[in-house]
Amino acid sequence: MSGYLVRRTRLLGGAAIDLLVVDGAFAEIGAVDAAAVPAGTEVIDAEGTVALPGLVDLHTHLREPGREDAETVETGTAAAALGGFTVVHAMANTDPVADTAGVVEQVWRLGTAAGHCDVRPVGAVTVGLQGERLAELGAMADSAAAVRVFSDDGNCVCDAVVMRRALEYVKAFDGVVAQHAQEPRLTAGAQMNEGALSGLLGLQGWPAVAEEAIIARDALLCAHVGSRLHVCHVSTAGSVEILRWAKGKGWDITAEVTPHHLLLTDELAATYDPVYKVNPPLRTGADVEALRAALADGTIDAVATDHAPHPSEDKECEWAAAASGMLGLETALSVVQETMVETGLLDWPGVADRMSTRPAVIGRVAGHGRPLRVGEPAHLVLYDPSVRREVQPGQLASLSRNSPYVGRTLPGRVVATFLAGRPTVLGGSLA
Amino acid sequence: MRRHLLSAGDLTRDDALLVLDTAEEMRSLVDRPIKKLPTLRGRTVVNLFFEDSTRTRISFEVAAKRLSADVINFAAKGSSLSKGESLKDTALTLQAMGADAVVVRHFASGAPYRLADQAWTRGSVINAGDGTHEHPTQALLDAFTMRRHLGDLDGRRVTVVGDVLHSRVARSNALLLSTLGAEVTLVAPPTLLPVGVESWPVSVSYDLDAVLPKADAVMMLRVQAERMSPAGGGYFPSAREYARRYGLDGRRMARLADHTLVLHPGPMNRGMEITADVADAARSVIVEQVSNGVATRMAVLYLLLSGAGAPTEPAPDSGDHP
Repeated sequence: MSGYLVRRTRLLGGAAIDLLVVDGAFAEIGAVDAAAVPAGTEVIDAEGTVALPGLVDLHTHLREPGREDAETVETGTAAAALGGFTVVHAMANTDPVADTAGVVEQVWRLGTAAGHCDVRPVGAVTVGLQGERLAELGAMADSAAAVRVFSDDGNCVCDAVVMRRALEYVKAFDGVVAQHAQEPRLTAGAQMNEGALSGLLGLQGWPAVAEEAIIARDALLCAHVGSRLHVCHVSTAGSVEILRWAKGKGWDITAEVTPHHLLLTDELAATYDPVYKVNPPLRTGADVEALRAALADGTIDAVATDHAPHPSEDKECEWAAAASGMLGLETALSVVQETMVETGLLDWPGVADRMSTRPAVIGRVAGHGRPLRVGEPAHLVLYDPSVRREVQPGQLASLSRNSPYVGRTLPGRVVATFLAGRPTVLGGSLA
Repeated sequence: MRRHLLSAGDLTRDDALLVLDTAEEMRSLVDRPIKKLPTLRGRTVVNLFFEDSTRTRISFEVAAKRLSADVINFAAKGSSLSKGESLKDTALTLQAMGADAVVVRHFASGAPYRLADQAWTRGSVINAGDGTHEHPTQALLDAFTMRRHLGDLDGRRVTVVGDVLHSRVARSNALLLSTLGAEVTLVAPPTLLPVGVESWPVSVSYDLDAVLPKADAVMMLRVQAERMSPAGGGYFPSAREYARRYGLDGRRMARLADHTLVLHPGPMNRGMEITADVADAARSVIVEQVSNGVATRMAVLYLLLSGAGAPTEPAPDSGDHP
């Protein structure tokens, strides 16, 4: 395997150093003598970039199998690499549902074949995401895909007994239940955040309490059975308070926030443009502030994209008829820079922690989220925070175009991504 | 005025007064032997109805025809909600046929906003009721009716009673009446008021009897009986209890001031939100609302369409209102 010498990148935004990558691992970090590197080593001028460990996404919808019109493992992981990710967790709500060892192994193999990043399939908690009967969680854990994260994402595991059993059962293989917290009776037909605006717009409200009540219940269940709970896409200030309380008890609970919930607010629903329709919905400015503060102080452990591609016909329609979800992989780091770094809430080591280290630990992804140290696998992002770019739909690698940032100018650009020492992205394009 | 009429909130006070004054002129036409103006000759108005509403459709149809526009009624049975033709394709079809205005009734809140997208529709879009959002021409005709009886609405007290949560009429009225300076009080059981109503430019009460003596006009909203069933949301316990607490009956009518009007956008549930003796009382202007609807919609079509393009002849209040 050929090697790479990355010159003059700023390690976690600190001092400029050189990185020598040989045989998939970091061979030297610091001032590397160019004369001393092995023959055939490719030199990459990375002046001005920030070096971060490869990003780990806990929440990605790759849509394959079943909705290859929206995204495929190939296109979704290409988008991930362009966004600086070296691992994505592929959500289970495919068709067929990823509720058997066969389906998760298929997705895992497709990811390996595509080669843009590692794919860790998420297994469904219940058969067919129906919330009634546990799927064969053990078989998925033991499969080649080695599933550790289980979720009925899109559906809440709302039955308290089923949730209890799932939390208990995954203890046998160090799994985690990632809950989409949404009390279904309180949100039947819900279209947007319930608040002053939903009443004016005549769109049925999705109340914060529907999320918070489930998080509170699950936290208590998790403590009772001594298991591990992960809360998906936390969206309200109230949820943050509950998480802070539960974590204060020492319970093994983690949580993620999406980039869009860190930046966008429910006021965008006034356009009735379904590109802003997402579940959980965009919330208020006060919620955004609370989420940013919680990510900064670690109450929320990770940023996860909830990358949710949809074909244009599922978005070019009435709000109520539209699918929920937005693209996120290719803009996540830029949104985090804008909302967390430029506001002074997180430094670059903090970004590495929330987007790589902690999500890798939550997902039990061996070899990823590791410190940038000699001997560690070379999963690496080189990110130029100084540029600004307008998001243009034609430039996205995703098959779908439902980015809420189209037309917006965001800071930063991923210059290069390395997966185990092999570039998946170079010069801002797929390698 | 803007090119579209999507929300009563889009109207400035001057816009709203212009519509009401123009409607007054249009109404005088009714008394003439030939009830027709050549103003919109050669223009095409499409009534695009995704939801049955014979009375609103006919009202717009009569209004457009009295202005000499060509009228096409398009009852769109399917939609993207029921996997028929998409709203976008319907819009593109109408645009290709050269619609100058699209009057749209849709069961999804915000559908007229989608239709008004530059890429979908070139003509004017008039919201004829969208989901549980708005029905701006209904609010205009209500204001027009009240103004004919009460004069200037500035400082007048209007009480709106009923299912505010699901009512597009209530939303448009709250916005328009407050723009016109009226003091609006919404009265409903707390379950039928939207979260956040305290941020609207209105007062809220749960006590109809306390509010009625001060009202200059009382607008009763239609309440669907199925709202009380568990499947319908379980918003109130029974029709009888609703009628007792929030219905307008003869006993309550007796508490109104002599000049106080009773309005209802129709269709009424007699015995539920309003009793027959109230609906048929002299102070009830419910039937007059219907005829005023035609004049108001003529005014809206005239103001939105005669400014753009070439009207066939100079009109009395010509198109220097962009």
